[in-house]
Amino acid sequence: MDGNRERAWSPWYLLLLIQFIPSLWVPFYNSVEPSVAGIPFFYWFQMALVLVSAVVTAVVYFATEAGRNG
Amino acid sequence: MEHINWTALIVFIVLFGFITWLGFAAAHWRRGDLDQLHEWGLGGRRFGTLITWFLVGGDLYTAYTFIAVPALAFGAGAIAFFAVPYTIIIYPILFIVFPRLWFVCRKHGYVTAADFVRGRFGNRWLALAVTITGIVATMPYIALQLVGLQVVIGAMGVTGEGLAGDIPLIIAFLILAAFTYSSGLRAPAAIAVVKDTLIYITAFAAVIIIPIQLGGWGKVFAAVPKEKLLLVPPGANTTGAYGVYATLALGSALALLLYPHSMTGILSASSGRAVRRNAALLPAYSFVLGLLALLGFFALAAGVDKLPEFADGFKQFKANFAVPALMLHSFPAWFAGVTFAAIGIGALVPAAIMSIAAANLFTRNIYREFLHANATDKQEAQMAKWVSLIVKLGALIFIVFVPLQYAIQLQLLGGIWIIQTLPSVLIGLYTRWFNPWALLIGWAVGTATGTYMAASVNFAAAYPLAIGGWTFPGYTALYTLILNLVIAIVLTPVMNALGATHHDKTAAADYYA
Repeated sequence: MDGNRERAWSPWYLLLLIQFIPSLWVPFYNSVEPSVAGIPFFYWFQMALVLVSAVVTAVVYFATEAGRNG
Repeated sequence: MEHINWTALIVFIVLFGFITWLGFAAAHWRRGDLDQLHEWGLGGRRFGTLITWFLVGGDLYTAYTFIAVPALAFGAGAIAFFAVPYTIIIYPILFIVFPRLWFVCRKHGYVTAADFVRGRFGNRWLALAVTITGIVATMPYIALQLVGLQVVIGAMGVTGEGLAGDIPLIIAFLILAAFTYSSGLRAPAAIAVVKDTLIYITAFAAVIIIPIQLGGWGKVFAAVPKEKLLLVPPGANTTGAYGVYATLALGSALALLLYPHSMTGILSASSGRAVRRNAALLPAYSFVLGLLALLGFFALAAGVDKLPEFADGFKQFKANFAVPALMLHSFPAWFAGVTFAAIGIGALVPAAIMSIAAANLFTRNIYREFLHANATDKQEAQMAKWVSLIVKLGALIFIVFVPLQYAIQLQLLGGIWIIQTLPSVLIGLYTRWFNPWALLIGWAVGTATGTYMAASVNFAAAYPLAIGGWTFPGYTALYTLILNLVIAIVLTPVMNALGATHHDKTAAADYYA
């Protein structure tokens, strides 16, 4: 069971789960300003979050990959 | 039939012909014995990172999504963008949880989520509940894929009275049924590569060219009515639209990964590493989905719903016609044909995977479990092939004869139903603490309550939950999942005390490499 626990969790996963907060905290991004190139904050912020989440996931992937064999 | 757009139609037919050939040729790709269920129904679990990316991307981001999300933006505005946080929070879950599922399923030869639940909790009735939920939730989802196909066929001017109008749809579905039968999961995997390439071309061409035509992004957003541009801030004593947006995103994300077609796509990967890599690579599709949602605003800015040439289309397909009309309005006919092919082929990939997933479930968890325990591998694979045909036929009949509104309502219910399997499947990957009978009762209460709540608000996605003077409008699926979990937790010690024990066939070490 102990080995299982070790594999089931890595502190790096916290970095993945933190993304839930900006994604779901709607009042933070429900505004027009600051707009960029005519695109309201509501829209560009969430699109930017997609890119950030991909980068974060890649970082966690490389950080946790060492020592895995499958 | 006098308004057929021949240029677009010919481009569409050529591309469709190409993927038909590809679908049949796929049977010989990474050759395996298609008389085995894991070869036919999981592609032999041999897809590497790249093919898994195309397959799961083509699977999760369906044609219906690409039509319905911009249609929602067109009709309702900002709320449609919940699809973006929704598809962001899928991937942490995919990264952390699903490699465990992949490992335990390969180790024990599991093909479906219900196989896993059967092994983990040793209870065939709980596994049956997971099976039936999966099949029933998938059926309307397949039917909705046909809607995407129907809309683009209509947009090319191919229309007709009564049943004759459905002939193109029927032909497309016969092709789909035939190549799925003969090639199994290899067919949608091969076709997904073509489909997704077309989708990416369409999305990027649209967001670069159309805003230029419309005079810049500022003009696009200026055309959106003020009350639709943002969510309406909640009033006193309610979480209002904010709560709806956040619970829709979270609940949809949890539900999506439990659908049988998601499981099938993920289990067909060749390694846990391929699954984790895809968690970082799949957000590319989320980005495209966000771009496509904005097409709804482009359609508003272009005013396509007010142009006489599209009046018939909007009358027939309502807001779902926004994207096809925008394509016809903004692009030369040949490129509109390419975008229609992207959507049309985009319907076939998930429809094929969904029917395979439903067939796997029926074969493994009903046929082999309850009807024919000694079935040979060949009989099992043959049964799955037949069931995939029956499932698709059912979807076709549904969409031809039943009003579209019912398919949409059933798909909404499908989300509420499938999320009730989360405690058994996803939490089951981490612990066997739960008593299977407690899980079964939690599932039943969650399913019944969710159905009742959805019906009581006339099949809107959000239910206005009232607690102590506050109202929390939110996604019914998420609320009933909490109820389900509470019941399962409370009843577990009770059921254990009653002596209802269970046997776990999996070992802790089975969940990682």
